[in-house]
Amino acid sequence: MNDDVIYVDNNATTCIAPEVLQAMQPFLTRYYGNPSSIYPFSGPAAEAMRQAREALAELIGADGPDELIFTSGGSESNNAAILSALQTQIGRRKILSSVVEHPAVLNLCRSLQKRGYQVDYLSVDSRGRIDLDEAKALISEETAIVSLMAANNEIGNIYPIYELAELAHAKGALFHSDAVQSVGKVPLHLRDSQIDFLSISGHKLHAPKGIGALYRKRFVPFKPLIIGGHQEHGLRAGTENVAAIAGLGEAARMAMSDMAEEAIQLRRLRDRLESGLLSSCPDPKVNGDPSSRLPNTCNISFKYVEGEAILLRLYLAAKVCASSGSACTTGSLEPSHVLRAIGLDYKALHGSIRFSFSRYNTEADVDTILQALPPIIKDLRELSPFGRQ
Amino acid sequence: MWNYTDKVMDHFLKPRNIGVIEDAEAVGEVGNIVCGDAIKLYLKLSEDKKTIVKASFQTFGCASAIASASALTEILQGKTLLEAAALSNQDIADFLGELPEAKMHCSVMGMEAFQAAMQDLQKKFPELELPAAAHETQGEDRVVCHCFNVSEAKIREVIRANNLTSVEQITHYSKAGGGCGECIPEIEKILADALGKKAPATATAAGTKMNNLQKIKLIQELFDSVIRPSLQADGGDIELVDIDGDKVLVRLQGRCAACHSAEQTLRLWVEAKLHEKVSASIIVEEVR
Repeated sequence: MNDDVIYVDNNATTCIAPEVLQAMQPFLTRYYGNPSSIYPFSGPAAEAMRQAREALAELIGADGPDELIFTSGGSESNNAAILSALQTQIGRRKILSSVVEHPAVLNLCRSLQKRGYQVDYLSVDSRGRIDLDEAKALISEETAIVSLMAANNEIGNIYPIYELAELAHAKGALFHSDAVQSVGKVPLHLRDSQIDFLSISGHKLHAPKGIGALYRKRFVPFKPLIIGGHQEHGLRAGTENVAAIAGLGEAARMAMSDMAEEAIQLRRLRDRLESGLLSSCPDPKVNGDPSSRLPNTCNISFKYVEGEAILLRLYLAAKVCASSGSACTTGSLEPSHVLRAIGLDYKALHGSIRFSFSRYNTEADVDTILQALPPIIKDLRELSPFGRQ
Repeated sequence: MWNYTDKVMDHFLKPRNIGVIEDAEAVGEVGNIVCGDAIKLYLKLSEDKKTIVKASFQTFGCASAIASASALTEILQGKTLLEAAALSNQDIADFLGELPEAKMHCSVMGMEAFQAAMQDLQKKFPELELPAAAHETQGEDRVVCHCFNVSEAKIREVIRANNLTSVEQITHYSKAGGGCGECIPEIEKILADALGKKAPATATAAGTKMNNLQKIKLIQELFDSVIRPSLQADGGDIELVDIDGDKVLVRLQGRCAACHSAEQTLRLWVEAKLHEKVSASIIVEEVR
């Protein structure tokens, strides 16, 4: 896409699609009117927002565009949904989430624990799967909200949000899903579901950073996180980021029209990379649940070598941009909480690499990685004091 | 983003002196695969066992761990044991130009590998009179950080050798405190002591055990002196209805009663205040 890098880190962020940029342009230049103003000059801005909301509603299978609230992104949407539930679910002081959530939910839950709320975290098995029976046992009349991600950013697992939402409702709890990795990659059907809230992030689907949305099912009680003006029907104050919203709308339209073919292409690239690495590198291990995974995500571990060293060599050799769950790349001295949660063997824990594809990747990208990576793993293993017979 | 000097990149991409020395007199191994980095250092000595003629290494770790180990072997070769004993982790960092502060623990690990090699040498040749390490470590050798198995002695040594002044730096240099963070108050005490200062007072009201009467009295005082005046200033008020163990029952009045941020007021302000001043287990509940 740009600067001759091979960008395979699309679960971190994506490039802005040219069509998206084009859709944004008029609202960064000519049509700068405030969509709330009454004169016709503001009309195009309001109209762009209306169309974007419709496109996004269609993408996630919502009942109508009125169920979408534009926000600054995934983190804000998660905060808004969970904090609202704690206010509207009077007398309920428990939350159920999972150990593999993104920090945007995990750290919010931890801070709520410090404020006296009780949070339970669903565990996962060695493939990263949750157990609905465990969930059933943990949801009670005291549970205010259950929050489970729709798909995991690191290993790509797709979680049973529809089923869990039903379990939550059976006990009168609300249900929220952080779906930033799913929206645009896998079809969602919110209309007939029991899902009350769902978080969307623009920059994961080729829209810009700093824009997102919160799906709130019609009539579900909601108390706004950001209080002020009447924007978004009084549910999220602040003058709307019209250009970014127009961009998100265009990204949603593109995802809607291409999703099925794109999934096939992404899966083909991912599987080509995965089988290539499995046959050319010693001791590889694919992490996650191969039977229920995002089509674009490959998380693979190489024993006895360290992720940062692999990534740095891979970038220097072939300008490949990917991520790792190793301690040296998480910024925290500890390796990925997701890989620890699935109980990954410590010999492989620090040597995990995540490749995540987008529509702009090609077979040539995969072949470059397949050529560059095996000798790097071999070199680093030769340096390593471990893994010798 | 990566922020390595050219010299670090050079030693990372073309590490010097890799591999095993089969007839090494001294082998030092530190770190482990669980923590994410490890160095094994091999030293071949001269006949009289006073000079390092050859050094080699194996490393499991990130770019700076590999570069630090490579640099260490280059520094050590040709040095007498006396000269080598005077080195510190800063010499490795200097040799490489600079290491990002968050990666300084890699240079510390390099020096530890050398110290481990010296212990190995002493064990194999008890009759040798080895130069003492340049600086006697002080403090007990008890583990402070259990996540990364870091002792008090090591924490004191990195503080001394690198003139550290903050807990964050200590984490960068030794990893201590970089896991669950539970040991951070302990590291603060060690740092304060090493800097010759008094440990920060940790005994806040919230930390001390109170009986029920004291607790009720303190909560009442807080309501009258802090919480109510603050809400009254905004046209609201709060009534303390009852205290039942850790449960504090309140009734919001005035503007607060109708405010849709009332829950936030209760959690983020009233409850937080009581957590800070009385006990972390207090739960504030509204009665209507």
